[in-house]
Amino acid sequence: MSFLKTSQIKSPWLMHFDCGSCNGCDIETLACLTPVYDVERFGIINVGNPRHADVLVVTGTVNPRNAEILKNIYSQMPDPKLVIAVGACGCSGGVFREAPNVLGGVDKVIPVDVYVPGCPAKPEAIMDAVVTGLGKLKGILEAS
Amino acid sequence: MARTVIPFGPQHPVLPEPIHLSLVVEDEKVVEALPTLGYVHRGLELLACKRDYNQMIQIVERVCGICSMIHSLCYCQGIEEMMGLEVPRRARMLRTVWSELHRMHSHLLWLGLFADSFGFEALFMQLWKIRERIMDLNEATTGNRVIVSVNVVGGVRADLDEGQIRWIKDTLVEVEADLKKLQSTIMNDSTVCRRTKGIGVLTKQAAYELGAAGPMLRGSGVAQDMRQLKYAGFDEIAFEPISEPDGDCWARSTVRWRETLQSIDLVRQALDRLDGTDLTVKVKGKPEGEVITRVEQPRGECLYYIKGNGDKFLERVRIRTPTFANIPPLAAILPGLDFADVPVVVLSIDPCISCTER
Ligand code: SF4
Repeated sequence: MSFLKTSQIKSPWLMHFDCGSCNGCDIETLACLTPVYDVERFGIINVGNPRHADVLVVTGTVNPRNAEILKNIYSQMPDPKLVIAVGACGCSGGVFREAPNVLGGVDKVIPVDVYVPGCPAKPEAIMDAVVTGLGKLKGILEAS
Repeated sequence: MARTVIPFGPQHPVLPEPIHLSLVVEDEKVVEALPTLGYVHRGLELLACKRDYNQMIQIVERVCGICSMIHSLCYCQGIEEMMGLEVPRRARMLRTVWSELHRMHSHLLWLGLFADSFGFEALFMQLWKIRERIMDLNEATTGNRVIVSVNVVGGVRADLDEGQIRWIKDTLVEVEADLKKLQSTIMNDSTVCRRTKGIGVLTKQAAYELGAAGPMLRGSGVAQDMRQLKYAGFDEIAFEPISEPDGDCWARSTVRWRETLQSIDLVRQALDRLDGTDLTVKVKGKPEGEVITRVEQPRGECLYYIKGNGDKFLERVRIRTPTFANIPPLAAILPGLDFADVPVVVLSIDPCISCTER
């Protein structure tokens, strides 16, 4: 594999987008970055710009308004990219499934690679999801 | 100089949540700020007609994950008032313990994000490291880190045994010592002071007139706190609201800092008053009538209006959250600021958008 491809797997850049979550999953995603969990030791860093990101972590349910933003962010990310849906909300809509302004999980709008269950998902589970997703990314890169 | 409109959000590195501000700037100065909301709206108040009044507890807990315990506390108090239930003393004290632990983790979370907003990443990491101790307490005593789900109508569902009480007290001693080490950095460090002192000033009069809530109000010198209403265990616990007169970002962060330390004391007081064994009272009948309850969340006053009609489904649940009250003051203090100060000032109100939009 080329140098670029190897480094994409060894050091993925991650972007977090809150898409109508209750904050429970957001703060758990943020907690991954802080000293106790510290994903930076795996070479993962959090970036604010979708154009720099390899991995998109989405928390929360989709509603008609943020669906547009989500599609927009996804389309700005360079290929190949990974999408991780965090929490029961991101997977299926969770407790808000039947709420009037909720379309459902993230996969209603963009393709999702890894689903993380839990309400909220624990930081360990989120880190595990990123690592699982990287395996998939490696497969895609090797095939290309 | 011509005016330029700069969009701030909905996806922005300093904001964990989507809120959109259209900032009208002239040179580097902001002249107007127009907020747009609705990215997190789920319509969960309307779930009241699909979930019965017990299941609604799980819904209101997820209005906002950061202060979930306090949301369900407010809701349960409302239902209990409607049904005329007398909650056992031990349950009231346990509610106080968990609600103050929630306030601590919320304030530490905010202080960390605030430090991050002016680029002090080391402080962010330190504060979140301390916060993890509180999360451990939550997880070990209730089974979940964030959404603790301890309230039920008529009491609480979890108890603390002697060992746990001792462990909480010991941990709090260490947390307090760790926090004290950071105190001079947060309050006196020259870089922190330069980014926060005198920035985004909200006068006492304006705070009152615009209806600010919580630390935003207390940071402007109005000592008003809903815990003075003596709900849950606050009728027996010695409590004084904390306020700071300056009204700037520094005052707001200092109020939250002092409240974090105060919460440690409140948890200790509540733990000392745990007696009896009853955790719940028997619930009979269905909620009927109307009720308004208020509690103090980490971000300010939260108000629930609940209407029941003798059915197991409630007729209406209306929630008014503190961030909603704090948006008009925010829109009032943004004009005149340097563009670089906008993230700091926006964060200084501790915006919780999922509360605001539900
Ligand atoms: S899965 Fe649960 S904790 Fe996560 S955003 Fe949804 S309701 Fe909140």
